[in-house]
Amino acid sequence: MKEALPIPGVLKPSTGPSGRPLPGGEGVNPKSTLRSLRRRRIADRLAEKLIFLFALIATTVIFLIFIYVVREALPLLWETSEGASIAGAFRPPYAWQPVSTSPRYSVIPLIVGTFKVTVIAMLIATPLALAAALYTAEFAPFRLREWIKPAIELLAGIPSVVIGFFCLIVLASWMQTALGLDFRLNALTAGLGLSLAIIPIIFTVSEDALTAVPRHYREASLALGASKTQTALRVVFPAAMPGVGAAMILGFGRAVGETMIVLMVSGNASILSLDPTLPVRTLAATIAAELGEVVFGGGHYRMLFFIGALLFVITSVLNWVGDRYNRRLRLKLFGSE
Amino acid sequence: MRKTVDRTVVLLCVAATGLILAMLAVIVANVVRNGTARLTWEFLTAAPEQGMTAGGIYPAIYGTVLSVLIMSAAAVPFGVVVAIYFAEYARTSSRSYRWTRMAINNLAGVPSIVFGLFGLGFFIQSIGGAFDRALYGGQLVLGQPSILWASMTMAVMTLPVVIITVEETLRAVPREYREASLALGATRLQTVARVTLPQAWSGVMTGAILAVSRGAGEVAPVLFTGVAYFLPLLPTRANDQFMQLGYHIFVLSTQSTDVEATKPLLYSTVLVLLVLTFCLNITAIVIRNRMRRWATR
Amino acid sequence: MGDSIKINVSRMDFFYGGHQALYNVDMQIRKHWITALIGPSGCGKSTFLRALNRMNDLIPGVRLSGRVELDGIDVYSPSTDVIQLRRRVGMIFQRSNPFPMTIYDNVAYGVRVNGLTKNRAALDEIVERTLRGAALWEEVKDRLNKSAMGLSGGQQQRLCIARALAVEPEVLLMDEPASALDPISTAKIEELIYELKRDYTIVIVTHNMQQAARVSDETGFFLNGRLVEFSETRRLFTAPRNRETEDYITGRFG
Repeated sequence: MKEALPIPGVLKPSTGPSGRPLPGGEGVNPKSTLRSLRRRRIADRLAEKLIFLFALIATTVIFLIFIYVVREALPLLWETSEGASIAGAFRPPYAWQPVSTSPRYSVIPLIVGTFKVTVIAMLIATPLALAAALYTAEFAPFRLREWIKPAIELLAGIPSVVIGFFCLIVLASWMQTALGLDFRLNALTAGLGLSLAIIPIIFTVSEDALTAVPRHYREASLALGASKTQTALRVVFPAAMPGVGAAMILGFGRAVGETMIVLMVSGNASILSLDPTLPVRTLAATIAAELGEVVFGGGHYRMLFFIGALLFVITSVLNWVGDRYNRRLRLKLFGSE
Repeated sequence: MRKTVDRTVVLLCVAATGLILAMLAVIVANVVRNGTARLTWEFLTAAPEQGMTAGGIYPAIYGTVLSVLIMSAAAVPFGVVVAIYFAEYARTSSRSYRWTRMAINNLAGVPSIVFGLFGLGFFIQSIGGAFDRALYGGQLVLGQPSILWASMTMAVMTLPVVIITVEETLRAVPREYREASLALGATRLQTVARVTLPQAWSGVMTGAILAVSRGAGEVAPVLFTGVAYFLPLLPTRANDQFMQLGYHIFVLSTQSTDVEATKPLLYSTVLVLLVLTFCLNITAIVIRNRMRRWATR
Repeated sequence: MGDSIKINVSRMDFFYGGHQALYNVDMQIRKHWITALIGPSGCGKSTFLRALNRMNDLIPGVRLSGRVELDGIDVYSPSTDVIQLRRRVGMIFQRSNPFPMTIYDNVAYGVRVNGLTKNRAALDEIVERTLRGAALWEEVKDRLNKSAMGLSGGQQQRLCIARALAVEPEVLLMDEPASALDPISTAKIEELIYELKRDYTIVIVTHNMQQAARVSDETGFFLNGRLVEFSETRRLFTAPRNRETEDYITGRFG
């Protein structure tokens, strides 16, 4: 080894922690090394405590959300306030009429309304999104794929209020004239707008699942003489089924909770009927429409929080199930999580 | 026979893809065509006049940007630190980790209106109310809708997304780099700061931008926590209310007394919001693509 | 005997959770010697190596009983500073893992992170010295500011050696350093290891018996978590005392 150059301002010869001379020559000041070590250790420990604190705060806030929403609704569990109670919410008469001489707070029409709009949205969005995902993952040339995916992401990036605006100002009138509907704002139109919002989710999650299917599945099928289409439909798609299931569940969850589109396009009448051409009121839209006019602490106020808790639970369950499906997909494809 | 079936299937799939993209194009085209008429510099910098039929939407732009800035300042650093905790310090096998992680995942899917409820109940009534009782003797100062509470509500809403995105990126940094650093005598903090985090930086950026773009467009969380339709002044204090592009669009669309007269302003407002969110989304996509290309080189 | 022992391992048992990986290992590693650890895959030699600088601490659920002493100091005592330990006992990994930084920054990383010096001239000197020591200087001296990812596999591994040398360790632990390299790079690395023994104590895990025979002074043969035989290399390879050692060396298994 070449002879080491003397470094100005540093003790020499340099020694290691054991006190004996280090190989290779000068360059290190042992005193500053020890000082730096102590400083580093303190910084490390401090950082660890601080980071843990942040995590604790975040976790607390997260659990707090559920607690708070439930807390405001809880009193209705054992008492009736201004005609509102949780038990009464599921009993007849099935009407949601908070502002009338005898107020009624049944959530059934709201649940039915949510269900109507969501199912319509899923019926429109699922085939379209799945077919598009299949195309993108299996048939599209590579360059095209790189353009389709960002385009769908841009669709996902459109704020729901803009979709609602478009449906309200443009789509609703067009649909009314085209289909001869009685009401301009109804469940069908709202469902159509809602489908625009959930197509990106279903597309993205199922496309991810399809691409995750390992290449050798496809290769084995093609080597046996199957066509690309047959491989896609008979091998890849079934293999990715848990992921596709997860996609649909997540899309469903998103549709259930979507507020602005429904608020603007569904007509906001809590009619209990299965006819898609009639206006509806969904759970989320109810909160948005009425929270501004309630008395803090009153029965109506608490019922709205109850609806919020309901939404929270429904979407949480759906998310949890979707997650389980995704995990099952990974297990199936890779044999491990 | 098989060939025709095959071709039909592919054709259907292409049609589906095309239909989706067409819908996107129709919306964008419609907004651009009707919105560019009014899009002048004056529009962007002036306040609305004559019952929203003339003037501009500057206060809405200002309010949107300001609330998003406050939201990001609260959510992004916080989210990054929490993500670091989960990726670098927490034991993935422990039950508390799994439960917390599940809770965060769940929260990312909770409807935004529920966050609005939380903001109303927690920030405005509880925290704001407590401040009022303690500092202002019960006077209504902080316990009412304001830009501060609306931004905080938005921050809580986007926090899970930031945490999940950043944690994923941190975990994607190969284990070998951490091991090499620790084997050289670095502390865990040094390893995170010098090796792991710089590698994950684009992921952090993407997560931040996605959160920001979501915050800019969501109306439900701010409906009852601080937004207003028309304010004569810009928000200057923490307990001022603010105008927001999304909310403006909502009110103009549904509650305008003269729909035809306000349509031009409405369209232009939508255009501004779309441009804003599109720019943010495109930036995030570009960053992510560049990062992916870099990682597989 | 006593003074020239660098690392003393006595009665080491090692557990991954409920599964025992090492059984009652005793070993004395001599200063300035090259000690090779051989054995079939899964026999525990890498686990043993990583136990010497406490890299196994990174894996959750591991447990160790017994004693590991570096210059007489108990490595696993709670009062031992792991960070300092890892500076004194360096490690070269099986797959080279240079940081995605410049060559210069890679070598300087350990120095900066340990706060050894902030002086730019001193850093330059350390970088040049260690790159020379790793037989890499001539090849990279004109591109110190280029990314380390552009080097070949063999060059990257030598860079990792230079990086480890920069913090001036006393012991170098090498976990199959040449297994991912071509024969020419392997030969260069072996040459380097032989030169390094002048100033460092080296422990090298290898599944290549010829490499162990060429390079090391002492060799330990591991089988199923036990140290079956440990003696001077020449003797182990020409006159092994245990039947299992003989079987392994003559290629009857593994």
